[in-house]
Amino acid sequence: MKLPIGFKIAAIVLVIYTLIAGLLMPVPTLAILNETIRNLYYHVTSWFAMITMFIMAFSYSIAYLNTQKDKYDTLAKIFVQVGMVFGIIGLVTGMLWARFTWGSFWVSDPKLNGAAIALLAYLAYAVLRNSFQDQLQRAKVSAVYNIFAFVMMILFVFILPRMTDSLHPGNGGNPAFSGYDLDSTMRMVFYPAVIGWILLGFWISEIRFRIEKLSNEES
Amino acid sequence: MRNIGAILTKEFKSDFRNPYVLGGAGLFLLSSLFVCYITVKRIPIAAIWVALFWIVVLFASFNAVAKSFLSETRGRMLYLYTLVNPTEFIASKMIYHGLVMLILGIVAAIVYQVLFSVVIGDNLMFWSSVVLGCTGIAFVLSLLSTIASKAGNNLTLLAVLGLPILLPLMLVATTLMKNAIDGIELSVQLKYLFVLIGLNVVSFALSIVLFPYLWRE
Repeated sequence: MKLPIGFKIAAIVLVIYTLIAGLLMPVPTLAILNETIRNLYYHVTSWFAMITMFIMAFSYSIAYLNTQKDKYDTLAKIFVQVGMVFGIIGLVTGMLWARFTWGSFWVSDPKLNGAAIALLAYLAYAVLRNSFQDQLQRAKVSAVYNIFAFVMMILFVFILPRMTDSLHPGNGGNPAFSGYDLDSTMRMVFYPAVIGWILLGFWISEIRFRIEKLSNEES
Repeated sequence: MRNIGAILTKEFKSDFRNPYVLGGAGLFLLSSLFVCYITVKRIPIAAIWVALFWIVVLFASFNAVAKSFLSETRGRMLYLYTLVNPTEFIASKMIYHGLVMLILGIVAAIVYQVLFSVVIGDNLMFWSSVVLGCTGIAFVLSLLSTIASKAGNNLTLLAVLGLPILLPLMLVATTLMKNAIDGIELSVQLKYLFVLIGLNVVSFALSIVLFPYLWRE
């Protein structure tokens, strides 16, 4: 896996644009939310990046089971790790936001619990990988677990919060950001931010993959 | 189909000859429920009643289902490998575990009801939550116990892998059961019922698709 140079430049430009414009561009002034609405550019986008990374890991696991190439197993592992990093960022930014708008870091909400459980399932994936000595067996079994966990997780994170009442914006009758963003100024930062974080995720994964490959060649 | 029947008969026979395995799981379940009863005695809130029930069933199921794969010796697996194809093998294992869990769950629900004398508003939905919850646990744990047995027969690993994946199932099953006790209208309950059926179908189908990759070493 080798990314073209334009890809990396785009990632740098978009992430720097997100950081600057996200903090300086005007946002709708609303009671309670106030400036915390800017969290949209960092919280929501890191979930988008996490899901993209997990989808990549899921497809590489399927590819591994079909072809049995070691490369795909390594890639699946790396995409899970990078996805976890974005997941933790998403969780922490969300908790900070909740502290200033809902009044506490954590509330029992289907969406929050779903996110926490999804991360637990992927931590279990890491534990599973480490419990094998044999490389071939590890690759096969963890690919199977990854596919199983991904499908069950997607069911949970996407379907369940839509069924019950939730405090979270965009669920249970609460407006998502499109309800506030009447003149589309926020969209001008939000969409580039989503793309920027996802590109950054791919770039980190690529570097991790090359490190892994070099250390395998050495040993 | 005939192979599935043959494996099912073999499982039942081996469990009847060694009744202590399932008997142990059943006894574990009943004594845990009794401990709940003598420590709490009266539970005024349906949510707590339901939560205690499912926690007990969940932990008993780890014992009941995990034993089956962890106790299969390497030689017997190799023998089965020459006789049946993997799809038939996992399907029959899941059906067998589903039946075992159904018996355990239904007995537990009856005993639990008698002990606490709870009034149930909607019997149909209550029993569907018991049935679908138990089969769902059995299907998910069948595949996961194979994974855990590959990693060196480790019950802790099964719990670590299983609990996050079982949580969605538990959440829907407990909501359905709680609403059934409160006698919530059927139209509200149907969506939970459908998601529960969906989770059962998805975990059954996924296990059938994924098991052949685990089967060959």
